[in-house]
Amino acid sequence: MSIVVQNISKSFKTVQALQEVSFEVKEGELFGLIGPDGAGKTTLFRILTTLLLPQNGQAFVAGFDVKEEYKSIRNCVGYMPGRFSLYQDLTVEENLTFFATTFGTTIEENYDLIKDIYVQIEPFKNRRAKDLSGGMKQKLALCCALIHAPKVLFLDEPTTGVDPVSRKEFWEMLKRLKQQNITILVSTPYMDEASLCDRIAFIQNGKIFKIDSPQNIIRDFQPKIYEVKSDDMYQLLSDLKQIPDTKSTFSFGESIHYINEKTEFTKEKLQTYLNEKAHKNLDIQLIQATIEDVFMNAD
Amino acid sequence: MKRFLGFVKKEFYHIFRDKRSIFILFGMPIIQIMLFGFAITNEINNVNIAILDKSNDAETKQLIAKIDASHYFNIEQKLQSDNEIETVFKKGKIKLVLVFEKDFGQKLTNQSQPKIQIVSDATDPNVANTATNYVNAIIQNYIQEENQGNGQQSGLVIDSRFLYNPDMRSVYTFVPGVMTVILMLVSAMMTSISIAREKEIGTMEVLLVSPLHPFQVILGKVFPYVFLSLINATVIVSLGVFVFGMPIRGSLFLLAAESVLFIITALSLGILISTVAQSQQTAMLISMMGLMLPVIILSGFIFPIASMPLPMQIMSNIIPAKWFIIIIKAIMLKGSDFSLVWKETLILLGMTLFYILLSVKKYKIRLE
Repeated sequence: MSIVVQNISKSFKTVQALQEVSFEVKEGELFGLIGPDGAGKTTLFRILTTLLLPQNGQAFVAGFDVKEEYKSIRNCVGYMPGRFSLYQDLTVEENLTFFATTFGTTIEENYDLIKDIYVQIEPFKNRRAKDLSGGMKQKLALCCALIHAPKVLFLDEPTTGVDPVSRKEFWEMLKRLKQQNITILVSTPYMDEASLCDRIAFIQNGKIFKIDSPQNIIRDFQPKIYEVKSDDMYQLLSDLKQIPDTKSTFSFGESIHYINEKTEFTKEKLQTYLNEKAHKNLDIQLIQATIEDVFMNAD
Repeated sequence: MKRFLGFVKKEFYHIFRDKRSIFILFGMPIIQIMLFGFAITNEINNVNIAILDKSNDAETKQLIAKIDASHYFNIEQKLQSDNEIETVFKKGKIKLVLVFEKDFGQKLTNQSQPKIQIVSDATDPNVANTATNYVNAIIQNYIQEENQGNGQQSGLVIDSRFLYNPDMRSVYTFVPGVMTVILMLVSAMMTSISIAREKEIGTMEVLLVSPLHPFQVILGKVFPYVFLSLINATVIVSLGVFVFGMPIRGSLFLLAAESVLFIITALSLGILISTVAQSQQTAMLISMMGLMLPVIILSGFIFPIASMPLPMQIMSNIIPAKWFIIIIKAIMLKGSDFSLVWKETLILLGMTLFYILLSVKKYKIRLE
């Protein structure tokens, strides 16, 4: 086990940030922590990177205790905090050199590890970090976190504020890193990124309520989901809410995902009901659940 | 060691790429020295005065010529009556009027104590005070010379000597003063700000989660400023010596060694501030309010400590700058050697150790 978390709790003055959180991450696994802002993701990252002490529970990273053996952990992990935290007034190359020296290595020594990522920003190596685009900044930060060949990599919301193309590239890089047998713990508020992880944990209000592979999570989701569209989406939403035994109605882009608690509820019933309400261009599809559906409907 | 050097190199990049840092580091000392040297001074020059000579004899003419000859005063006007005194003051150009009574010369030779009235415009008390004193001195001097010429002695003669600074030049206080302020500013404020900046932009998190020992981080932060502060001290002392004619009567080596000690004191204060300040703004405010003002007000640089109320006098003892000013004044002006400043040195050393210990105790190896 690369990361072991056992009943970790942490509270700040007025907020209970983490409550009895437990999970394990295998070596070489890409583990995703999925949850909204304020769920406790960053606190958990800080505990695991020895920046905060938990009030209760135990945690081990690469076999070292986060409380007692923080020095050993600091030697063998890579950490990329949520906000961009490189030196803005240093160039790309200077930043990378600095972090390499700090960890007692050189760019050349571990160049293989970062090569795929670094070639993309190398043309700008003499540019100051503050003049980079969001996506390039994240790539540079990842290079800096990787330059010392860490055993475990902690990425706290690495793709927040990054354009979709760069996000996609970023995740492809993570997949490649996995092949180097680096354990990666990544957090994200984007549900679509969850399906790219080996396993994910849902976290909300400081609690983890589901841990499994994305495939299993979707497979285990029982309720039927109807994707509904019509010309008057606002009216549609309020009409759907009035159906007896409605479990949830969530807007997903241009459509509404509708779930009814009763198993005997059918597409036909929904169709008849909405036709009575005189919706134009009505379109109802029974669809496969997404990670987001599962998260939104979690109890 | 390689890690440490890498860190120091990074710090130098930060300093040299930030225009504000460069300005505070190299612009400020020169500007301050020039300001204090040329603009802010208690000495007076070319004060415009008027004369009301009711006697108009050889003695008064001689005395007036003597006053006019000094570069302190410039006789602008001769008045005819007492009524005019008020008018010239109201116009504002004349700062002082000298009134000789009738039969001044006669009384002087008769030994019957002639009177001179000095009227000054005290809307600016400093100028009024200094100008009056200067006029007084010139007159005293004149009367003494007269008496010696006559072979007569008249009452009490005061012979005052100003040791170490016979010309009462203000440069002798402001060079040590400015040096102290600048070293404090550069060392304490700049380090506390630069550490707080790492916290603010989040790089402190990354540095903590690295094999760098926290003390290596702090030392790396501090080291460039020791170096730069020393350059600053050299610049200030050289300006004082070569531009304003400040003497260095004691050992240059001792002066340098004491400066290094004070720089370390200031740096340890800066580190202490950074252990509490989470943002650059807080660090700057604490340095400004907590360090700069006491250094300027309570160190004896501008206001004499002996004339402060007792609580302030006691408070001044905890200001490191006070001790440093005493030390450098002793070395530069009195030519004192170490045997005369060891007590102050020991106090500074004690303070430094105290700050360092406190910082180590307060230093967090984690975020909270």
